[in-house]
This record gives sequence, C-alpha cells and structure tokens, in this order.
Amino acid sequence: MRFTEDHEWLLPDGDVVTVGITDHAATQLGDVVFVELPEIETQVAKGDEIVVIESVKAASDILAPLDGEIVEVNDALADAPAMVNEDPTGTAWFFKIKVDDPSALDDYMTEDEYKDHIGD
Amino acid sequence: MGDLKQLPLHGLWADLGARFAPFAGWQMPVQFAGVMAEHLHTREKAGLFDVSHMRQIVVGDGAHALERLIPTDILGLAPGRQRYGMLTNAQGGVIDDLMVVNRGSDHLLVVNAGRFDADLAHLSAHLTDVTPIANRALFALQGPRAEAALSRLIEGLADLRFMDWAELNWGEALWISRSGYTGEDGFEISVPDGLAAEFVGTLLADPDVAPIGLGARDSLRLEAGLPLYGQDLGEDISPIEAGQAWSIGKARRNGGARAGGFPGAEVILAQLDHGAPRRRVGLLPDGRAPMRAGVEIFASPDVQTPIGHVTSGGFGPTLGAPMALALIDADTPKDVPLYGEVRGKRLPAQQAKLPFTPPGYKR
Repeated sequence: MRFTEDHEWLLPDGDVVTVGITDHAATQLGDVVFVELPEIETQVAKGDEIVVIESVKAASDILAPLDGEIVEVNDALADAPAMVNEDPTGTAWFFKIKVDDPSALDDYMTEDEYKDHIGD
Repeated sequence: MGDLKQLPLHGLWADLGARFAPFAGWQMPVQFAGVMAEHLHTREKAGLFDVSHMRQIVVGDGAHALERLIPTDILGLAPGRQRYGMLTNAQGGVIDDLMVVNRGSDHLLVVNAGRFDADLAHLSAHLTDVTPIANRALFALQGPRAEAALSRLIEGLADLRFMDWAELNWGEALWISRSGYTGEDGFEISVPDGLAAEFVGTLLADPDVAPIGLGARDSLRLEAGLPLYGQDLGEDISPIEAGQAWSIGKARRNGGARAGGFPGAEVILAQLDHGAPRRRVGLLPDGRAPMRAGVEIFASPDVQTPIGHVTSGGFGPTLGAPMALALIDADTPKDVPLYGEVRGKRLPAQQAKLPFTPPGYKR
C-alpha cells in the first residue's frame, strides 16, 4: 500500500488501484455527511478533483493520484457517508482506477514514510 | 495566530481534547468528541458551552434611552426578564444582535464577540452610563437535562421560565438566564472568573454533561432557525429581511405608543407596513449535498440571474439532512422549489418552515 501527501491510501492489484482516505484524514475531516463520486469510465489525470467529501464542517476534494480510468466506485458511500469515519481504510474505499503506468505508484510514500509524514 | 485571545479556561478545554480554531479574534474550542456526537448529546442530555468570548455590558441610562438605539420594547420588559433585540444603523441595517436583561437597577446587554468594539463605540456615543463587564466568564448549559444538572449546584432554577433572569448564589452571585442558542431548554450563566474552573469542573462531573464546541453550537442554532451575526444578520440586512420582525414590539411599530425613534426607524417601519425587498427563507435541499454560505439561489434550473444566496448552511445532525438559511427576493413565491448552485450544478431545495427542528423551551 502507498500513501499520498493528501492522505489518500492506494492499494494496487495489478494495474487497478483502490483509493481511499487514511484514518488520520477521516479524523481531521470530522463527521462525513455527503460523498460525490466520479462516473465509471471517466478518464482522469493526476491532480484532477474527482471526489467531493462534505463533512459537518466543510467540503474537501480527493484528487486523482495517477492518470487512468475510473473502473469502479463505492456507491454505498452515497447512502451511508458515515462509513468514511467508521472504516476509512476498509469498506469506505472511494473508487478503483485502472492506471496507465503502475510504476508511477512508486513515487508515493510507503506506510512508514507516511507515518513519519503525519508525525505518528 | 499570535493576536488571538484565549478563553480563561483554555487549558481545561485543551486537556479535555478540544480542537481549537480562530473565531472573532478568539482561539475557540470548535470540537471535542466530534460535531455530530456533541450536537446529539446536547439535544438528548446537556451540553456545556464556553461562550466567554461574548461580552457583557451594563447600561445605567434606563429603558427610554435604550429604546433610542434598539427597536425592542424595553420599557415593557419587567425586572428579571430578558429580551432579544438589535442595535440598528441609520440605513435600517443591524450593528449587532443582543440580549437585554432588566436587572431592576440597570440593564445588562450580552453582545457578540466580533461586534464588541463597534457596539461599545455606538453605545458610548449615545449613552452616558456604559460599563463593559470584566472578570466574568459566560457559559451556556443547554439540553433537556440542563435543569437537573444545574440544580445539583443551585436551588431555585425550576422557578425560572424561558427568558427569565436571576442572580442566584453559588459561593458568589451567578447571573443566570433561562435562554440559549440551541433551540433547547437551558441556561446562560455568568460566573466570576475566579469560580469558573470549579463551576465547570462540578458540572462536568455529571455524566449527563459534556463539553460542546463551536461546531455543534453552529449546527444546533441553525436547526433552531436562529440567525448568526455576520452571516444571517449584518449592516446591510434589515431586521425585517432577516426574519426578526417579531423582536420589534407593538409599542415600537407605527401606531404604537412609542413608535420609531431608533436608528433606521423610517426604513424598518416602512418595511413592516409595506414589505421588505428581500426575505429570509429556510431551505431543505433535496439529496444530501449541503448548500453552504455563499451558494447562489435561483428560481429555476436554467435562469441566468440569482434571486439570492445562502447566508448559513450545513448539515443538521438531528434533522438528518442538509439545511440552509437564504436571503432571497421578497417577491419569490413561497410554494415553489428553488435551486442552489453547488459546484456548478443547480440542485433543488424546498422552502421550509423554521425552525427546522422543534424547540424545547420551557415557557
């Protein structure tokens, strides 16, 4: 698993990467009340804002971590956004992206590096 | 952050796990257990809020003098009673909204932190006996268990009705009103600084009482349909537009015994008689996406020009849905859906009666 500076976790399986947010990010966001997911088959570029998360406090975005195509989204989050607080690194994944270049994943932090990053 | 003021009990709140954020020049606890949990705790049990950033001002000029600045019926306010009111400006806007207490020998005003300097300048320019209170903290205990929790410390609370005020003894005199900013039954308690830590510690020893941050204070007041100065009220919004006409007593309206005589009276009383250009409306967005402050409101999905904007918006934990207050053109029909533009999309919202959730006041 890899981690971005924006507190996303990336779990690769071949060239498909599952993306969610970390416990740290979920705690910082506060209670999530709304999630807007991208359409399946959308082509995205690294840095595109593709998910909107609204907490009781504010709206924030999840950026596409890599170039590729959205192949699956977690529709359960639309009806139960609180899952993001309950199980951010498990059932509350956001989307799966088929990446153009799986080796680009290596640019992101390992778990140890991420823990250092957030001062854990 | 260097210039931010800290609450007298800042350290205690930090020890209890508060996350802090700047608000009106103060470093305020915004969250303890989480906004959702704190909100629901207040609605079910009792929430304790530190609102010591708000300022208390004693005015000794009398009711007639205060009525020259505030459109509320203050002469009709009996000793031991509190009323909501606003300082108006010459254009018919609002300098601040406040509580006025008749203490018998004088009046006590409670004003917003961010407006204190403007309020004090305005009051001092028109009155002669204006004294800001120093060395007293201010707390709110809100929720259905508030009376039981505070009664463990103080006798005589059950005699107070909504908007009653009394000086009650707990070592020293506490100033207690049965009022708040959540829509719940509860109390606002002015405590000498030296007693504040012990007072809070004693209340928090009760398992029904939990500390509540500014985040839940905002969602609670919004569900209760209560305006926030700087968002739903301002120098360029009249009390009538803001939906606060109810706070202007009959005696102060055209045809009343003491009609007008406050800044902006011509504008405000004409709006009372003939209507204001804009009106406040409660909105219940369809779906789950909140419409936050600043979101533009349209009469249809495709029309170019907005009819207004959201002044406060968010998610109501008790309501279980998003909610918003908006300021819109007054001639907008009341029974049609409106559309808020969120991230480029026009999302429908229904006009709703306020408050969004039923109040628990002990009248």
